[in-house]
Amino acid sequence: MADSAALYRTVRLIRRFEERAVELVRAKQIFGGIHPCTGQEAIAAGTCAALRRDDVITSTHRGHGHVLAKGADPARMMAELAGRATGLNRGRGGSMHAADFTVGVLGANAIVGAAAPIATGAAWAARRAGSDRVALTYFGDGAVSQGVVLEAFNLAALWRAPVIFVCENNGWATTTRTADHAAGSITGRAEAFGIPAARVDGMDPEAVLAATAEAVARARGGAGPTLLECLTYRFDAHHTWEHTARPRYRTPEEVEAGRARDPLAVQGARIPVADRARIDADVEQLMDAAVRFALDAPLPDPATALDHLYADGTRVRAGAA
Amino acid sequence: MTILSYLKALNRAITDEMERDPTVCVFGEDVRAAVTNVTAGLVKRFGAERVLDMPISEQAFTGVATGAALSGQRPLIEYQIPALLFLAFEQIVNQAHKFSLMTGGQTRVPVTYLVPSSGSRDGWAGQHSDHPYSLFAHVGVKTAVPATPADAYGLLVTALRDDDPVVVFAPAGAMGRREDVDPAALAPVPLGVGRIHRPGTDVTVVAVGHLVHDALEVAEELSGTISVEVFDPRTLHPFDWQGLAASLERTGRLVVVDDSNRSCGIGGEILATAAEQMRLTAPPKRVTRPDGAVLPFAEELDRALQPSRDQLRTAIQTVAKAGGFR
Ligand SMILES: Cc1ncc(C[n+]2csc(CCOP(=O)(O)OP(=O)(O)O)c2C)c(N)n1
Ligand SMILES: [Mg+2]
Repeated sequence: MADSAALYRTVRLIRRFEERAVELVRAKQIFGGIHPCTGQEAIAAGTCAALRRDDVITSTHRGHGHVLAKGADPARMMAELAGRATGLNRGRGGSMHAADFTVGVLGANAIVGAAAPIATGAAWAARRAGSDRVALTYFGDGAVSQGVVLEAFNLAALWRAPVIFVCENNGWATTTRTADHAAGSITGRAEAFGIPAARVDGMDPEAVLAATAEAVARARGGAGPTLLECLTYRFDAHHTWEHTARPRYRTPEEVEAGRARDPLAVQGARIPVADRARIDADVEQLMDAAVRFALDAPLPDPATALDHLYADGTRVRAGAA
Repeated sequence: MTILSYLKALNRAITDEMERDPTVCVFGEDVRAAVTNVTAGLVKRFGAERVLDMPISEQAFTGVATGAALSGQRPLIEYQIPALLFLAFEQIVNQAHKFSLMTGGQTRVPVTYLVPSSGSRDGWAGQHSDHPYSLFAHVGVKTAVPATPADAYGLLVTALRDDDPVVVFAPAGAMGRREDVDPAALAPVPLGVGRIHRPGTDVTVVAVGHLVHDALEVAEELSGTISVEVFDPRTLHPFDWQGLAASLERTGRLVVVDDSNRSCGIGGEILATAAEQMRLTAPPKRVTRPDGAVLPFAEELDRALQPSRDQLRTAIQTVAKAGGFR
């Protein structure tokens, strides 16, 4: 199990990765933009610390933290964001689809809620294959009224599938407050299907780790799914387009209050100052190398744009002939 | 005259219709804060009762719009992403669209489905870059793809007044267009009536949505050698077959540029109908996305799969010089 320093390191890595990625968006080195997970790092760090390398996760549009915490190489992740041939997905996926099957990342997903049944299926298949692997799926508060998520709860509960549902409740779905889009409670949705559910301090990596470890033990032991509602706050924009468009839906006071508890500070306070400085310096080096790797990496060849469309390499007609 | 942007045209169409008809209401995600800007100012002007922020429950709120339409309201739904149409497909195609016939004409379903920024939107990758207008034309839902601000205004107004479900695609590639218009001349544009943006005598280019502007540029470039007529169908279902036939009477040669996937895209239907029923003096061509394309993330890969001006130019040149049918 991860120690305090390792958890701090993951939080720090995600934080710096996001800050560097935002800089690359501003510099137009990242095409489009990203949904930064700044402020929400404790959930990724704590949950993944409770998983084995062969366990699997699915992620969301705000997924960089999950992918990094599960063990993907930050350099190849950054190269993916920069649309390079050496990125995790060979430049085909970008920020919202980062996947690394070598470390159990079945993919981030750009459709809210869509991954919950996919993780449930992966969990079912692991058990069917005789493995004690578990699946863990992230989604935001905005996903809890998506029918497919509730349908996945039902299937997971019926089959006692070894899946952990992790809701990152950051209080907002884009510009809509949780209270304005979700009736009842989030934990109550799971409980209605007989799924044990808990609210967790999503700003504290160790609290998240403890709750996830319990849920993982239950899943591996054959007792079925758990829902963890992790309470957190998104420090930055919904998406980097907000940096220029600046829609007003959160007051500066709210943002300031939301940022008051910072997972970096929460976890940083638990380790000696010298260790913290050493980790920070390591992460800085790692991120410098990651950005350099990404920007030096080759662009994909347009002639390969349809590669990987089909498993068997089936070729299709071009758009002009 | 004043400058009208495409975005403002959509906003104005909704505002004017809400002003005119108290049953018009707006459903969507983040429509009060207006993250797409299409619904800017609406909640302030018309109140929260008529401008509803929806949970991320596309199937449900699409069905809710159908129920409301059966009961006297005229909802407009804004979908933030073209792929959300896939989530709501059952509710649109199998529910809203089928009510009129299945009830023997007892009811109508006046719902408008608006997709601002359809097609590739620079860096949003595989699940956000589809352009599924041909799917809706195929199943028979009325489908509009305006190319210009004035047409965006006119077609959206018409969609809101229409008694059937209508899907309006506002292509990402057209959303930035601006045009000098006489505000008093802004008017509804009927469904099923195309528009000739540029008359010509050698080749007819049918261009859909944002590709109209590419077609106009290519037509201008080629003007010294080939006289290109640019025909914008404006709506894909119903389609202005008469207008196309009249154009082909003049040119006898046809190129279609269409941001659909090639197989079963509207471009194929246009070529087939022209071949069956219209005057063609040479084999026609189409420029589309590849069969079954999924747009990859990286810019150069994304661009490689969308119809390009180069491809269109080559297709026009080929069709212009092609010998007649043997
Ligand atoms: C099914 C679906 N509907 C709408 C969207 C557009 N969208 C992207 S993120 C988002 C808000 C998601 O909120 P939440 O689940 O709370 O996650 P957060 O962004 O807060 O991390 C919306 C509406 C989408 N991607 N998928
Ligand atoms: Mg949220």
